Amino acid sequence: MSLTLRVNPIACVGHGMCAELLPEVIELDRWGYPILTARAVPRPLVDHARRAVRACPTLALLLEQNTGKHR
Amino acid sequence: MPRLLAGIAGLPPGLEGHELRYGPLPVRGLARGRPGRLIDLAEASGLTGRGGAGYPTGRKMRSVAAGPGNKVVVANGAEGEPASRKDRLLLTRLPHLVLDGIALAAEAVGASEAYLCVHGTQDSLLNTLDRAVLERRAADLDPVRIEVVGLPHRYVSSEQSSIVQFLNGGPAVPTFSPPRPHERGVHGNPTLVHNVETLAHLALIARFGDRWFRRAGLPSAPGTTLVTVSGAVRNPGVYEIELGTSAGQVVMLADGPSEPLQGLLIGGYFGAWLPVSAAWPVPMTHAGLKAAGGALGAGIVIALPASCCPIAETARVVRYLAEETAGQCGPCVFGLPALADALAQLAFSGSLGRGRDRTHGLAEIGALIRLVEGRGACRHPDGATQLVRSVLSAFPADAQRHERQGPCPGVGRPPLLPLPGDEERDWDFR
Repeated sequence: MSLTLRVNPIACVGHGMCAELLPEVIELDRWGYPILTARAVPRPLVDHARRAVRACPTLALLLEQNTGKHR
Repeated sequence: MPRLLAGIAGLPPGLEGHELRYGPLPVRGLARGRPGRLIDLAEASGLTGRGGAGYPTGRKMRSVAAGPGNKVVVANGAEGEPASRKDRLLLTRLPHLVLDGIALAAEAVGASEAYLCVHGTQDSLLNTLDRAVLERRAADLDPVRIEVVGLPHRYVSSEQSSIVQFLNGGPAVPTFSPPRPHERGVHGNPTLVHNVETLAHLALIARFGDRWFRRAGLPSAPGTTLVTVSGAVRNPGVYEIELGTSAGQVVMLADGPSEPLQGLLIGGYFGAWLPVSAAWPVPMTHAGLKAAGGALGAGIVIALPASCCPIAETARVVRYLAEETAGQCGPCVFGLPALADALAQLAFSGSLGRGRDRTHGLAEIGALIRLVEGRGACRHPDGATQLVRSVLSAFPADAQRHERQGPCPGVGRPPLLPLPGDEERDWDFR
């Protein structure tokens, strides 16, 4: 079981806070929307990931327990 | 053969003719055995969804039936694909076969609500369906009240999460998932969303059984399916074929090419281009087309004549798909118009040979595809990128020629691929 990031693309309006706080895993595309360079969050970055999730003004970044249920 | 379309001609219209042709609705007979027997039949039949995704029908029914609380059945007859006519044909000419399927599915999963959704701008269709539903109510035929619903006319409103959100009082645009409709759909209840053709097959399986169903098609892809054939064929229209029929045979069913062909677009604007020689022997099944780099989708086949430019044809469709974004997800909102621009430039602009850089042409198109793909809440952007990918891989010489020498003579031909509101469109991209 690992923690994975997911973006709700409907909620996301491209504030870009996530890429600021978690550049190791999130970069922005040419329009300012996040691209996840890895879905699973490396253990040392979990606290940073939580911070990025909390910082998203539109609650579009999700940190989920990966149970392997959803493809 | 034909099966679904067996009742399309030569019988009195309405419920009476329908029952003469197909026999009475076997809903009470099935239920007497035990509830959910139709689910066993559906699973044994190997029927898969005819709306495009091809998910096993019985499995979907079983998971909805196993969910908590009230259940809902939604028949999707919105047919967003501009080149598809099969759902409209079924609904206008054989409405009772679809309504039978809704009633039977509702009985099987224990649904207390059922909806038949079509595009709300189709007044004559809505009238036909209202009349059919009233006829059934008068005969006290259905175990559940079936409501006919008109959806706003947009490409993405026929996506299943769009329909669910609309029935819940929201806009008809896709939602973020999970939860998927079978988990939490209409009014928060497990919701079975089936394409109307799937439900019509179900109505026949309930009557004639799973073994009868399997007598057509392949063991791995049983039954028949409706296909809509158009483009450069002599007799365009909707045909019923056994799954596994080759794409070439489908073109021949439509009386063959009306001029020399260079390719087939199979699966509609969510599908893929294949060069005609590669496409001809490919079996019309999900697996067969996937192996050939295509997609069966909702069974659309468009024959592209050699005199047409596939790049220009695709550019027009991608422009349309860009206009049809729900406007919700950034990569789709910004990416599809950019992709449409880049493709239109490749198709119609003669200036690409000069001063070309990486923000133009094939390199830019490839970059945009990678930026858009998989980044929307629904499959709309992915449909567009698959179409563009396929045109570049099916017709690499055309793509190269356009990039190096500018447009080919084919761009001057009138558009072949149909789009809603074609007559008002200005296809001059300058």
